[in-house]
Amino acid sequence: MAGITGYGAYVPMLRLALGKKGGPERAVANWDEDAVTMAVAAAIDALRGIDRASVDAVLFASTSYPFKEKQGAAIIAKALDLRRDVSTTDVGDSLRAGTNALRAGLDAVNAGSAKRVLVLAADTRMAAPRTALEANIGDGAAAFLLGADDVVATFERSHTVSDEIIDVWRADGDPFVHTWEDRFVVDHGYRDNVVEAVRGLLTKAGVAPKDVTKAVLFGPDARSHATVAKKLGFEGAQVQEPLFGRLGNAGAAFTPLLLAAALAEGKAGQRLLVVSYGDGADALLFTTTPQAERLEGRRGVAWHLARRAEMPSYDMYLKFRQLLATEHDRRAGAGLSATKHFRDRDSDITLRAQKCRRCGQVQFPRQRVCYKCFAKDEFDAVRLSDKVGTVKSFTFDNFAGSPNPPLVAGIVDVDGARLYIQMTDVDPKEVKLGMPVELTFRKIHEAGGTPNYFWKSTPLR
Amino acid sequence: MNKDAIRDKVAIVGMGCCKFGENWDKDPQDMIVEAAFEAYADAGIQDPQRQIEAVFCGAQYPSKGTAEVADALKLFNRPVSMVVNYCATGTDAFRYGVFAVACGMYDTVLVVGFDKPKDRGVSGPSVAVTGVRGLPATPAGWFSLCAAQYFQTYGAGREDLARIAVKNHHNGTLAPKSMLKREITIEDALNARIISWPFGLYDCAAQSDGAAAAIITRRELAKGFRDDYVLVRAIAIALGPNPQEDPDFDFLRWKPSAYAAEQAYAQAGITNPAKEISVAQVHDCFTLTELLAYEDLGFCEKGSAKEHIKSGTFELTGSLPVNTDGGLKTFGHPTGATGVRMIYENYKQLQGKAEQRQVRNATVGLSHNIGGAPQACGVCIVALP
Repeated sequence: MAGITGYGAYVPMLRLALGKKGGPERAVANWDEDAVTMAVAAAIDALRGIDRASVDAVLFASTSYPFKEKQGAAIIAKALDLRRDVSTTDVGDSLRAGTNALRAGLDAVNAGSAKRVLVLAADTRMAAPRTALEANIGDGAAAFLLGADDVVATFERSHTVSDEIIDVWRADGDPFVHTWEDRFVVDHGYRDNVVEAVRGLLTKAGVAPKDVTKAVLFGPDARSHATVAKKLGFEGAQVQEPLFGRLGNAGAAFTPLLLAAALAEGKAGQRLLVVSYGDGADALLFTTTPQAERLEGRRGVAWHLARRAEMPSYDMYLKFRQLLATEHDRRAGAGLSATKHFRDRDSDITLRAQKCRRCGQVQFPRQRVCYKCFAKDEFDAVRLSDKVGTVKSFTFDNFAGSPNPPLVAGIVDVDGARLYIQMTDVDPKEVKLGMPVELTFRKIHEAGGTPNYFWKSTPLR
Repeated sequence: MNKDAIRDKVAIVGMGCCKFGENWDKDPQDMIVEAAFEAYADAGIQDPQRQIEAVFCGAQYPSKGTAEVADALKLFNRPVSMVVNYCATGTDAFRYGVFAVACGMYDTVLVVGFDKPKDRGVSGPSVAVTGVRGLPATPAGWFSLCAAQYFQTYGAGREDLARIAVKNHHNGTLAPKSMLKREITIEDALNARIISWPFGLYDCAAQSDGAAAAIITRRELAKGFRDDYVLVRAIAIALGPNPQEDPDFDFLRWKPSAYAAEQAYAQAGITNPAKEISVAQVHDCFTLTELLAYEDLGFCEKGSAKEHIKSGTFELTGSLPVNTDGGLKTFGHPTGATGVRMIYENYKQLQGKAEQRQVRNATVGLSHNIGGAPQACGVCIVALP
């Protein structure tokens, strides 16, 4: 039987206070993060200790993915150094995209078309500045590995309702999510659909509300979430903490993130009810296995929530989202040369270095002739992205265009290869020679009006 | 390499240099003509159309290439070639001119280095974003990469860099054609806004427009132009690995400087540069670049630069004055012109014509450029006969 075999999560480091500092806050992506980079980070968390060549399919769910035509799952698969014949699919256009992808992945495993499926959900949704809707939104990503062996949570069954209602929407070309009047949306959209999906599932499964260990429930806001949980008959301890005031509604990644948090509690024999909402509702039932207690080494939601840094100001948030006019247009320029990118994909997207077969020197980027022993074309590929490096040199560059100067850059030594890269999610004061850093997939610039990705270093935390 | 192939075979008989600066009102041709005609006059050349047999030019930002120089000077019906080699461009153009004369192909050659970066509307080089690697692509960011390791290893700091800026600002006030003429204090340098740590504003060279020119000829013909000609003793170019990729780089030096110096010293027969060189113009695109050059060129022991900076070794009155005209820091840095401008300053110093900035007993002058990430270095040694 198909189920979840592993999970990972990613919550950006920055927090924007909703009112006074120290009070409720929401997680916000840094200026170099988007749905793709956060999905890669969550996937890396889930893939710890897993042979990446074993992944047969990637499903990427997002409503805020930056391209309309150009697949996110393909970029992610390349960044993760997955097999060339991996099946890649994007799922979008609805807050239910995360559970849509999860269901499709589970169906693929059950049908036998894939043995190991990677499901990713990530969102960085924006509402108009200073609205109540904006205050409820948080950014984040979750990742699940699905399969039939070593299952952590067995997929029991699901129930879905589809609905046509104008409640929450974003039209093509509009940067902001919109919503109809909240009481209408909550009563006739969220509440009615979720109640119908959950009751339908529990009836089919012959499970009473009291037999559910944890209800992992989507919610547009804290109050509606609590109201619907109560209406469904769940007591306080049965409801997975929805993280309002700490993370916020992470869109298509919201229910997946809460599920990752529930799985981290790691007890066998738990019945997990997983519910998302958006143009209808998906409800899925899982039962955890003893394997759940053996899964270790994931950072998951808790680690990421503990790792936080305050966004200095709301204006800085607006600047990061390019909602404030600035002299420096980050989209300016002709952008990447597609042919250069085509040749550099292994170096730039996969961060693949090469190791000389003669002298063993690891070097980056791609060279034809060895830097050390001058042998020609005698190299084996080495993946650097999952390694820890050390800072060999650094500078704080105020001259390079950055929404948040100074731009920290320097040389990082990874397995003997030298990378000249930027450092992100870092306070310049903490930068020291020899400090250990990990690598994180980020937007490097948006020249040409599209996100252009490369790796950066970030302090190992 | 035949280390004796060019030594003392080529003489500089005339040089010129336009005023460096943000020359908003000057085209490249205005600056090229000013530099070349000063060099003609200095060499006593009455009829350049007849006397100049070949032209070697260097520019990093050329809009028209070789035609920029040929059109400006109306030097047609003869070879005009252009060299690009990062900040060593001017030195490399001069090097090709020296070879052309030394091999006997031409009697008299004009070398022109020039650049017009200030037409681009930006300070510093523009970043062409066609890739994602190698960013941020700011020279201050690149050249600062030795700072953290050097400071930690040898106990140097920003104050040592500031003293270099103070020295070069002082020397610049004594050079009529320099861009900046303002004394600064160590505090000014330390308190200035940070461009790319550890470089504050005063640690960075002044990018400028400019042109410089040289007339060179075979040594046997030099007397026909002037008595106080200066000989080319050695000239070298060396490339090093990109320090951003080089797997065994220690970030305590710039490899290309040591490579080029080794070649040049072999050609010149110099074994003790600190004693045998009387005046030097070194590449001070940033103050740390000058500091590292002291050591990479053998002017002092590795790690000892800060003591020599404090004791004044490299000041106008010191035992080995460096950047006597203010250097890139205050004279300005039009990339292609810089190498030729440095030779101009050494030529004037050796002739005793450096006015208020004249150093004592100058007989051997060295000039040095390093550019790119940096990867390319040029070293030229000139000497009195």
